[in-house]
Amino acid sequence: MTDIECKLLVIGAGPGGYVAAIRAGQLGLDTVIVEAKAHGGTCLTVGCIPSKALIHAADEFEKATHFANGSAIGIEVAKPRIDLKKTVDWKDGIVKRLTTGVGGLLKKNKVKAIEGWAAFVDGKTVRVKTKEGEQTIRAENVIIATGSESIELPFLPFGGDVISSTEALDLPAPPKNLAVVGAGYIGLELGIAFAKMGSKVTVVEALDRILPVWDEALTRPVAKKMKALGMEVLLGARAKGQSGKHLEVETAKGETKKIPVDKILVTVGRTPLTEGWGRENLVLDMDGRHIRIDDQCRTSMTGIYAIGDVTGEPMLAHRAMAQGEMVAEIIAGENRRWDKRAVPAICFTDPEVVAVGLSPDEAKQEGFDVVTQLFPFSANGRAMTMEAEDGFIRCVARKDNHVVLGVQAVGGGIAELSTAFGLAIEMGARLEDIAGTIHAHPTQGEAFQEAALRTLGHALHI
Amino acid sequence: MGEYVIKLPDVGEGVAEAELVEWMADIGANVREDEVLASVMTDKATVEIPSPVEGKVVWRAAKIGETLAVGSPLIRLEVDGPGNVKPGAEPAAAPPPKKEEKPELESAKAEPKKTQAKKAATNGAGAARPQFAGAPRAEGEKPLASPAVRKRALDAGVDLRRVRGTGPAGRISHGDLDAYFEAGGAAGGGRGALVRNSSVTDVPVIGLRRKIAEQMEAANARIVPITYVDDVDMTALEELRAKLNDTRKEGRPKLTILPFLMRAMVKAIAEQPHLNSIFDDEAGVIHQHGGVHIGVAAQTPNGLMVPVVRHCEARDIWDCAAEVARLSEAAKEGKAAREELSGSTITITSLGALGGIVTTPVINHPEVAIIGVNKMQTLPRWNGSEFMPRKVMNLSSSFDHRVIDGWDAAVFIQRIKTLMENPAMIFIDE
Repeated sequence: MTDIECKLLVIGAGPGGYVAAIRAGQLGLDTVIVEAKAHGGTCLTVGCIPSKALIHAADEFEKATHFANGSAIGIEVAKPRIDLKKTVDWKDGIVKRLTTGVGGLLKKNKVKAIEGWAAFVDGKTVRVKTKEGEQTIRAENVIIATGSESIELPFLPFGGDVISSTEALDLPAPPKNLAVVGAGYIGLELGIAFAKMGSKVTVVEALDRILPVWDEALTRPVAKKMKALGMEVLLGARAKGQSGKHLEVETAKGETKKIPVDKILVTVGRTPLTEGWGRENLVLDMDGRHIRIDDQCRTSMTGIYAIGDVTGEPMLAHRAMAQGEMVAEIIAGENRRWDKRAVPAICFTDPEVVAVGLSPDEAKQEGFDVVTQLFPFSANGRAMTMEAEDGFIRCVARKDNHVVLGVQAVGGGIAELSTAFGLAIEMGARLEDIAGTIHAHPTQGEAFQEAALRTLGHALHI
Repeated sequence: MGEYVIKLPDVGEGVAEAELVEWMADIGANVREDEVLASVMTDKATVEIPSPVEGKVVWRAAKIGETLAVGSPLIRLEVDGPGNVKPGAEPAAAPPPKKEEKPELESAKAEPKKTQAKKAATNGAGAARPQFAGAPRAEGEKPLASPAVRKRALDAGVDLRRVRGTGPAGRISHGDLDAYFEAGGAAGGGRGALVRNSSVTDVPVIGLRRKIAEQMEAANARIVPITYVDDVDMTALEELRAKLNDTRKEGRPKLTILPFLMRAMVKAIAEQPHLNSIFDDEAGVIHQHGGVHIGVAAQTPNGLMVPVVRHCEARDIWDCAAEVARLSEAAKEGKAAREELSGSTITITSLGALGGIVTTPVINHPEVAIIGVNKMQTLPRWNGSEFMPRKVMNLSSSFDHRVIDGWDAAVFIQRIKTLMENPAMIFIDE
C-alpha cells in the first residue's frame, strides 16, 4: 500500500475525533481519520445514544404499566408487554442512521476515513492494520482521541453473566434478576431502565449513597423513585464475586449476602484507553491514568494533541466535541484556548439530574462567598400537569456581585434545560439577568427564573 | 401601629457592604418621610439613607464605624398602620434569606441613587455611572465576558484581565473592548500583544493577470536569459533634454528619457540587427525585423501592459515622444487597440523613480532582448583629478542566450551607453 501523507491524522472517530476531523475538513486541512469500529465511537454505538433509546423505551413501558393499574389521570389500558428484541432492533436502527450520518459528514468535508486499528510507530508515523493490509500514514499533526473503556473488576471479569454497559444494551429480554455493581450514572440509568421493564434490580454501591460524585440533594428524588420502582439499594456494600446464579456481597454490616442474579452489570467507571495504540513508542507525559494536556489540548510532544476521555475527567461527549473543534482550529492556525466556564453534566436517571458549573460546596471550596436557593417543581404548574413534581432547580451565585457560578437541577425532562443553565454561566449572567428574562409560561423553565428570584430573596410563587 | 424595617439598600454596582459613618436620627426620635436617617460609606461614595415613611426610630443596627451587608436591616421604625413586618417575624440581623418586600425595596432603592448622583455632581466628579465603571477586579479573579468577547480578545492579542468591564458585575462587553482599542489599548496600562494572523484570502487569477502569468511562464520556460548591467552617465543627455524641453515648439510633447533611449536603440540595432528579432524556437527560425517596433512596458490601473511604438527607425525624437505619450494614455484608459498592444520586436521596461539600481527584466517572449531602465541618481564620479557630481543611471538588460551571446549583448549595451553619454551622436548620421 502506498503511504499516506497528511496535515492531520485523527485516531478514533468518537464524538471528539469525528468533530475534529469535520472541522479540520471545513478549514481545508488535509485530514485522515482512523477508526476500527463504527464512526461515532462509544457515544453513538454503545453509550449515550443507544442507552437513551433503551431508557425511552423503558419509560414508555413504565407508563403503560402504570396505566394498566389504573391512573389518576383517567387512562386505563390492558397489561403491556415488551419485546426487547424489537426494542433493540429499533435502537440499532437509530445507531445505524447516526453512524452512517457521521460517515457522510466526514465524506462531505473531504476527510479520508480509514477502517482499522492504528498504532504509533513514532510521533509522526502511524501504522494502521486494515482489512487490505498495513497502511502507513505520516502526519504533521496527530490527534489522539482513543476514548475510554469500562473498568473491569478482577473478581467479576466481563463474560458470561457479568456484563458491561455495552452488552446491557443488546439483551434479548430483560433479565429476571439484575444486579448492578456501582451506583454511578451509567449503572443507575440502565438499572432504572431495566427495573421499569420488569427486572428485579439490586444496586450494590461501596460508598454510602447513590451517585456519590453528585451533590446529595440532587440524588434524593432519584433514590425515592428507585424505591418506588422496587429497586433494592445496598449502600456501603462490596461485591465479592459470582457463585453460580448468585452475586456475593459483603454488606455494610459485614455480613455476606447472596443475591440471586441472571445478569451482573458492572458499572464502576470508565478508564482512558491508553494502551494498544503504540503509546510506548511515544514520550507522552501522563496525569495518573490519562494523557496530560494543556489549555490547547497539546500533549508533551510537539504536533500531538489529545482530546476526550483519554485526557481524563469529565469523560463527556460534549467536552470531547468542544476540544475537537478547538484543536482543529488551532492546527489550522487560529487563536483558540480552552476558556470554557462550565461543562454541563447530565444523569438520565428518573428523574433526570443536571449539574452545570459549581455546586454550593464546590463554590465554597474555591473560596467564593455564595448565595444559593432552590425552587421546587412542586410549586411549578407545568410540572404538576406532567406528574413531575419531584425535584427542583437551584442557583449558586457569588454573594458580592450575584454572578451565577452554578446551576443544579433534578426533575422530569430536566436535561433539556441544561442548555439554558450553560448559556447563563458561559455568558457571565448575574441572578438579576436570569430573573429579568421572561421565562415562558407554563414551562418547567419558570422554575429557573424563580430559583434566581428566590436566591435574590424575592421568589414570587413560593 | 406596625413596625417598618429599613434595610441597607444596594448602594452601588458590585458593592456588598458599607460602613456606617453617621446616624442622623436617635432612638426614640420621630422622623418624617424623606428625612435622612444615616450615612453609609462604600469604597466608592458616601450615600445618605432617607426614610421612606414617617415614624419613630426604635432600633438601630450598628454603631458608627461598623460594617453592614447590603440588604441587612439598618433601622426599625414604629409607624402608624401595618408596617412591613409581620408581628413576631424576623428578629434581628442575619441578611440571608433576603425577604425584601416590593414597596420598601423600591422606595429605599430609588432614593439613595438620586442622592448619590447629586453628590457626585456637586463634587464635580461627573455622572455617577463612570464611578462604578470598571471596578478593578480582585487579584487572580477571572474576567467575566461572553465567549464571543473572549474570542475577539484572543484574536486581537488582548489579555482581558487588562480590560475594564462596565457591565453588571464588571462583565466585559464588546463595547468595553471597543473602548480599550480606541484608547490604544492603554486603558489598563497595557497594550495588545503581537498576534498571528493566519487568514488566507483567495484571489482568483483571471483576465489580464492570467495573461501576464501565462506570458511570464512561457518566457521562463523557454528562454535562457543573460542579464547585463552597466551604468550610463546621463549628465550630458539631461542637459540636452532640459534645453530641448525649454525651447520646444508649441504642441510638441515634453521629452522624457525614453525617446532618447529609443533613438539610441535604433542606432545600435542598425549595427546588430539580430537583436531586433522574433525567435520562433519551434520552427528554429529567427525572424530578424527591419522595422524597430519598441514595446514600452507600462503599469496601468488594469495591470502591466506593453503598448508598441511602431517603426521607430522612421520616427524622430519628437515623434517617438508623442507616440509614447499617446499610447501610454490609451493603455491607461483601456482604449488601446489590440494591434497597439502587440507586434513589438524589442522592449523597454522602466519603473521611473522606482527603478531601483538593478533589475533582471524578463524578456517579452518571443523577442530576444529587453532593456531595463533603472533610477537616475546624482553620484560622485572621479574624473581623474576630482570627484564630480554626475547624473548616473543603470541599464539592466536581458537577452535570450540561446541566440544572443554575452559578447553581442555587451557590445549592444556599450553602444547604447556611448550614444547616451554623448547624445549628439544620437542625432548625427555617422
